[in-house]
Amino acid sequence: MKIKSLVAFGALVVFSSIYLYAADHIEAPGVSGTTSDITDYYAFESPESSSNIVLVANLQGLLSPSATASAKFDENVMVEFNIDTDDDKVEDLVVQCSFADGKMTVYGPIAPSQTGTTSSLETDASSVSVNVSTYGQSPVIATANGVKVFAGPRDDPFFMDFSQFGEILAGNATGFNDPGTDTFAGTNVMSVVVEVPKSQIGGSGTINTWVTSNRKQ
Amino acid sequence: MKSILNKMLLASAISFSMIATSSCEKEEDSNTSTPTNTSKTMYAQEDQMGRPAINTVFVSPNQKDNFNLTIPSEQGAMFQSSFEARLLALNPAYSTNLLGLDASTFTTVLATDVLTVSLDGTTTFYDGTNVLTGRALGDDVVDVEFILVFGGPTASDNPGLTSDNVGQNDKAFLSTFPYLAAPF
Repeated sequence: MKIKSLVAFGALVVFSSIYLYAADHIEAPGVSGTTSDITDYYAFESPESSSNIVLVANLQGLLSPSATASAKFDENVMVEFNIDTDDDKVEDLVVQCSFADGKMTVYGPIAPSQTGTTSSLETDASSVSVNVSTYGQSPVIATANGVKVFAGPRDDPFFMDFSQFGEILAGNATGFNDPGTDTFAGTNVMSVVVEVPKSQIGGSGTINTWVTSNRKQ
Repeated sequence: MKSILNKMLLASAISFSMIATSSCEKEEDSNTSTPTNTSKTMYAQEDQMGRPAINTVFVSPNQKDNFNLTIPSEQGAMFQSSFEARLLALNPAYSTNLLGLDASTFTTVLATDVLTVSLDGTTTFYDGTNVLTGRALGDDVVDVEFILVFGGPTASDNPGLTSDNVGQNDKAFLSTFPYLAAPF
């Protein structure tokens, strides 16, 4: 029976009002609740310019409003956008975002000096720095070499009735409610937003992309 | 929405099949890399994400960290079979889905966790016309994934499981950079 199988699967989902697994929020024990936990990744054509792609990485999910003002990017964690332009699932270009002294510096896009799970900071790449926006402040934006950047707290754009999904997986419900309830309503994330010209990430066609968080060694 | 989805079945299946095919053509080992330049600051990967909820839904608890540390070019070989088992545990009646993908083909697409993005036009996870050409802030990715997992070939199976009935974010997105809404 379907629901019993769901129950069995549900054993892997430890659901509570505090500990949530969703888009990628605290999905794995090694990063759950840490400053390197990626909650979501978005990549879309810029609403402001069809010549640009916007890359969004969100980290440190489920921040309550009261916890948001003190939330910080970890200076030992570098966020890397990976771009594969020839469909071999290996990054041909990276955009690296590092944090220090209240600023984010974004390097690239540039061909990385090495691929895979070890990265070196590509400090020879073109770069742009921006002050990390603080809670309650208007977004601080910087642009250089056609690359526009922002870092700071934002509303979590992810929406889902994760609570009811948990009830279904636990065997306590057979379906979703209508209307559902957005479990992520009213919570914030730490966002990195980078808008890059398409011409710098392949120009045309289709790219594969993924985001990683990486700890300084 | 479902009638629109049905109309787009053919085009979608073609697009998805192309993705599925391309994902198993090449297996280059990117762990083989150039020697470390000791003058540079080095970093070790901790978390990784392409499409939403893939690790969350399809990877078993003791493999979640491993999935985050497996390079995409190796994810398919390492995780496709366990993804297929997970899919069939979630939906034992799974035969095919709205994109016409059987369990093996669908999980082959999913296990290589990269987000495909078009540089030539509409970027969306799924809008009834375009399939996996990006992920926009307002895309209801959860419903898309539920439809593909639970909805069967016509998106009509398991009607209580194919939408969470939360169709949009709790705050409006901005029309200008940085697009995400101000924090609460």
